Amino acid sequence: MNHALVLPILIPLFAAGAIVALPLRAKRLQRAINVIATLALLPLAVAFAEHAAQGGISSYALGAWPAPFGIVLQIDRLGALMLVLTALLACCCLLGTTSADARRGRYYRALVQFELMGLNGAFLAGDLFNLFVFFELLLIASYALLLHGGGRRRVRNGLHYMLLNLVGSSFFLIALGVLYGLTGTLNMAEMGERLAHLDAASLPLARFAGATLMLVFGLKAAVFPMSFWLPQAYRSAIGPVAALFAIMTKVGIYAMLRCDALVFGAAGGPAGSGGVLDAFMHDWAWWLAIATIVYGALGALAVSSLKTTTGFLVLVSVGLLIAAVTLQTVLAWSALLYYLISTTLCTGALFLLADTLESETIEPVAVAAAAETREPASLESLDDATAPAITPEADEEPVTTPPTAVDVEKKPSPWPSNAAGMLYLAAAVGAVGLPPLSGFLGKAMVLAATPLAQAVVLWPTVLLSGLFSIVALSRTGTRLLWAIPASRAYTGVPDVAPHGSRAKLAACALLLAGVVAATVLAGPLKRYLDATAAQLLDREAYVQAILPAQAPQTSQGGGS
Amino acid sequence: MEAAFAITLGVLCACGIYLLLCARVLPVILGITLFSYAINLFLLGMGRLSTGKPPVIAPGGQYADPVPQALVLTAIVIGFAMTAFTVVLALRALAIDGTDHVDGGTRQRIGTEMRGE
Repeated sequence: MNHALVLPILIPLFAAGAIVALPLRAKRLQRAINVIATLALLPLAVAFAEHAAQGGISSYALGAWPAPFGIVLQIDRLGALMLVLTALLACCCLLGTTSADARRGRYYRALVQFELMGLNGAFLAGDLFNLFVFFELLLIASYALLLHGGGRRRVRNGLHYMLLNLVGSSFFLIALGVLYGLTGTLNMAEMGERLAHLDAASLPLARFAGATLMLVFGLKAAVFPMSFWLPQAYRSAIGPVAALFAIMTKVGIYAMLRCDALVFGAAGGPAGSGGVLDAFMHDWAWWLAIATIVYGALGALAVSSLKTTTGFLVLVSVGLLIAAVTLQTVLAWSALLYYLISTTLCTGALFLLADTLESETIEPVAVAAAAETREPASLESLDDATAPAITPEADEEPVTTPPTAVDVEKKPSPWPSNAAGMLYLAAAVGAVGLPPLSGFLGKAMVLAATPLAQAVVLWPTVLLSGLFSIVALSRTGTRLLWAIPASRAYTGVPDVAPHGSRAKLAACALLLAGVVAATVLAGPLKRYLDATAAQLLDREAYVQAILPAQAPQTSQGGGS
Repeated sequence: MEAAFAITLGVLCACGIYLLLCARVLPVILGITLFSYAINLFLLGMGRLSTGKPPVIAPGGQYADPVPQALVLTAIVIGFAMTAFTVVLALRALAIDGTDHVDGGTRQRIGTEMRGE
């Protein structure tokens, strides 16, 4: 078991390396490696989750250097949960990626594997610097994935996204430096232990470092003043990539949870002494989260393309998640994790659907006309309908080998089909948080976990933002699904099913099946999440499991 | 030495941020590079400044903290890769748009902005 802990990082690493090393002609082999490596992550992650569900915290000392000096990987209930979610999303994206998608740029499959490696590594990292390194890994893969397909819009948005994240990484390093200077360690558990016994004179410095760290994670998660990049970036990515990016904002949430609990000692901990960051969380992060919800809801109303609308819905969900993070109670955090699962799956499904429902290619004449009249600074230019779309040369490549899941239809059936409409309805209901699906349960749990003082602000905001999201999604749905054929050509909605749409619809159905499963199995899932949140806030357990010097009874340096 | 170190850091940071705020891609890249130099120095300083101490553990003696050095090395490698990628991306954007403005406006728009404001 112990050595297996490094596998979620090694499998994508070697798969990506092999794909890059293989000659370009060996497409079939590359595809096979990609499929096997991605599918292998799912049983592995489930095995970890089963192991973690027993309550132990396993750690793996890389190079057998013991914890405070060496680098450790750790896995607990939260890490295992995120691994399962990543693997599930990756499998669905794999199913939703047609070979035409993959062929629009080079090394698509290798980049996806690198991205998975970064994600898995971030969820496993047991020390702060490694968290930084894996963040950088997943970011550099995401820069390249965002650019996949080429074209002006992607390059511009990719440049913005990249410059922002470079500055964010610099601030991450500043926070790391200050924390190291204060505590002399980078291991999260040990750093938390030392920060708890910090002298009063150094406390403001620790607060500054913590707040900087939270703001950096906020940039990844797209909290309000740092959220303007998200709708642009997600809109320019192709569908499967955007669906995979649905987990990227959640990495920021994960890092916030982990650092707030383990490093800075959240208030809900058993010690009751109060964490370093409590004041920042309650006074600042809370209001930023509320502002994120408001901004996301208003933005969703202002745009009409499905991808952009979904991008703003991601912001709404991020706002709610961060509001729950700042509450720092077991109840709120378990509710937050439930909502996190639901919203990740739903937004992933919506992004995949957007790829089939909205065509990216418009007539070249329309492009030229639109290019002259466009106003890049206005919100309208966020719209797929008005902004010029890019037709990369790679698009025109004939598709020689369709993937196995796709059967080329003989006779064009009416599009959008009923199946697409049903899937859209289900995904929209889940994303907005209407009753039967898990989005509703998640939102209700978070709202129920809010104490009265905060509920006065949060309840109206969340309920109104839900209303706005319903309006936005029903308008988009009306435009995409019910438009008469003559107006479709004008808005860029394809008349016949785009190639590979069946695979995408299947992937979307799989994601929504996950949402339904999360709804039906809400009881057992919630019990696991309750235990997760309780474990997260119990810092002593981590110190015991990870630092061997503190726990002489476990000589192997691991609780496994 | 502390004063010289702090002033160097401050100057690097100030130059970096100033360049970052230019809306042109090349100055922005230079600005990020300068800023990351400042941060590398800052990380080194966080291991406490010392002179004349051996870099490896000597029996009984004082030694320089090796961890910040390792961190800086990693940060340099990552920063180098990122800078290279940004430069390539900036060239790509320049080839597509014919302008190095970060928002990729048309020549006329940039021109009027520069003349008018």
